[in-house]
Amino acid sequence: MIPLLKHIFRTGILTETVALAEGGPQREIDRLHDEILRILGRALTIREVDAGSCNGCELEIHALNNPYYNLEGRGIKFVASPRHADMLLVTGPVTKNMENALRIAYDCTPDPKLVVAVGDCGCDGGVFGENYASCGAIANVVGVDLRIPGCPPTPLALMQGILAAVSKRSP
Amino acid sequence: MFLADDFPIDFTLQPGVGAPVWRGNAPSGEDLKDFAAATHLAAGRLCAMWGSDERQRGGGYRLHCVFGLNRGHAWLSLDLSADDPVYPDLAGIFPAANRMQRATRDMVGIASDGGDQRPWLRHGAWPADWYPLRHDAVHEVGMGVGFPNLPSDYDFVQVGGEGAHEIPVGPIHAGIIEPGHFRFSVVGERVLRLEQRLGYQHKGVEKLFIGADIERGARLVGRISGDSTCAYAWAYADAVEAACGIEASSRALLLRALMLERERVANHLGDLGALGNDAAFAFGLTQFLRLKEDWLRLNAEVFGHRFMMDRIVPGGVAVNVEPAALAAIVEQCAVIGSEVKKLRTLYDEHAGLQDRFVTTGTIDAALARELSLTGIGARATGMILDGRAHRHDYTPPPPWAALGVRPVTDERGDVAARVAVRFGEISESLRLLREIAVGMPSGELRVAIAPRAGGSGLGVVEGWRGEVLVAVRFGDDGKLARVHPHDPSWQAWPALEHAVMKDIVPDFPLINKSFNLSYSGADL
Ligand code: SF4
Repeated sequence: MIPLLKHIFRTGILTETVALAEGGPQREIDRLHDEILRILGRALTIREVDAGSCNGCELEIHALNNPYYNLEGRGIKFVASPRHADMLLVTGPVTKNMENALRIAYDCTPDPKLVVAVGDCGCDGGVFGENYASCGAIANVVGVDLRIPGCPPTPLALMQGILAAVSKRSP
Repeated sequence: MFLADDFPIDFTLQPGVGAPVWRGNAPSGEDLKDFAAATHLAAGRLCAMWGSDERQRGGGYRLHCVFGLNRGHAWLSLDLSADDPVYPDLAGIFPAANRMQRATRDMVGIASDGGDQRPWLRHGAWPADWYPLRHDAVHEVGMGVGFPNLPSDYDFVQVGGEGAHEIPVGPIHAGIIEPGHFRFSVVGERVLRLEQRLGYQHKGVEKLFIGADIERGARLVGRISGDSTCAYAWAYADAVEAACGIEASSRALLLRALMLERERVANHLGDLGALGNDAAFAFGLTQFLRLKEDWLRLNAEVFGHRFMMDRIVPGGVAVNVEPAALAAIVEQCAVIGSEVKKLRTLYDEHAGLQDRFVTTGTIDAALARELSLTGIGARATGMILDGRAHRHDYTPPPPWAALGVRPVTDERGDVAARVAVRFGEISESLRLLREIAVGMPSGELRVAIAPRAGGSGLGVVEGWRGEVLVAVRFGDDGKLARVHPHDPSWQAWPALEHAVMKDIVPDFPLINKSFNLSYSGADL
């Protein structure tokens, strides 16, 4: 236990230490956090749905919860059920084999819901496009409020996209 | 030559600097089956299986099998007639053949003469008598046109008996994770049986390769499984270079190795954090994700992409690494190395973690061998199987041979062993990265490459998850006629089914994470 506490103590709170060390990107992260909270004024819950990605986009969505981006620490939480979600964060291309599951997840998300398409694949099908097994863009299957391009989009781009989506919706 | 001199198969060694591959044609299905049986007896593996449509070239169809033997890989092809493309069922010899045979039938319409005939990649999106990889398989593409996307039933194996019931999970899972379906048969909390149904990530990748040029192929192959983009890109580059008769420079090979090892470390860091988290040790997740983020940021600085996508290309590499960047890599290795060492002590001494890790999700070496398992899962049962490392009769390809890679093993076969192998591999990769960075020679980054009509090749790379294979064949027009990528997850998914048996349902997430298999890589 003692070494554990020591390690925690030594590491400190990264979301701040990096701000000093790196300036630029971390200030942007902080600004985005404040903006999201200002616009939203409450917690945001996100259900992530992989509708056919190569898993690259998921790696960056995972990174949102590392101590640098610390999304969960600011009240933006990934939830297990679409029924608990304000936003669907969807990666794709939507495979035909996932088309139905995505529609069900969409229908299960309470209104007013936000849908964000992540990655080049989610935006327009990316390198896979539409074919016998792929529906291509998320928007081909469910309504999309915002697109975050990139292959994969960086965590910063994802944060900016989430912010843009919530500010689009709020009055 | 491999097994005995009296096999009626002539093998020739593939040219180039990639992993050693011998090519041959089986005169008949029986010969293929005999070769498979002899390979099995010699403790070899079934590495990959796929089919191709050869009717435009005046043939019928062709079945391809890659076997792993001590000295290297044997790529054996079998010609099948156009009207009756059937071959002997190999699943009785190698259980790993089961899903590959079913996928081959779904994709090309050539079938095994027995065994499991349930569809694998085909759910309800296209008809049972339409095979996407046949050259005459055309259909309209677009929403609302083409084949109707029908709901599909799947014949899960039923477990009977008093108190037995089923828990269906997926395709959408609770976390930020790829989709797939798991059917647990349980009594109380104990898992009697797990049956996976995959294919949800199937997005027609193999068909997209047909008619593509080398560059488009490289972009596609780097997106088969995003976490293994370097491994796939390298295996593809090896295959294309073997097919076209060119060799990448030693500098390019070392830069590829630099990227592959950075990919390995990035994934291991993430997995070790997630494994701590799944055992209720959130501290571990935070620490490891912090290290991983530092790692990825240096990737972005040095290679211009956090995951180094599109940086390994046929002919060499598409990025130069200056001495200053190499120095930054060496420096980072030292920092990460000492941090990981401290975290390892914490993991090893944390009673709560070890209680969850030890004896959970166990498979033994005999089973691993039976399932043709490779990678972390195999080495965690004590098997010394690593394409980068010397072993009896096997010399790894450059640049590994000169680097003297030390394979990391652990005999326990449980989650704890798979954790320990990851820790060990991080320190070995850090050592390799330092060695590569310090000894980087000058040389050409990328040599020009022109497709060779009719050429073919196979690349094999030891990715972070296990053995990645990519087979390539060019058509007479110099475009890609067939590319088959193979993910180590094909062999490891069935190992996961075994590993959870007799454990309890709440341990499944932890056991699953300890393998961390690819859906997209195997669904294609
Ligand atoms: S956008 Fe890129 S990283 Fe994301 S799923 Fe598509 S290919 Fe993978």
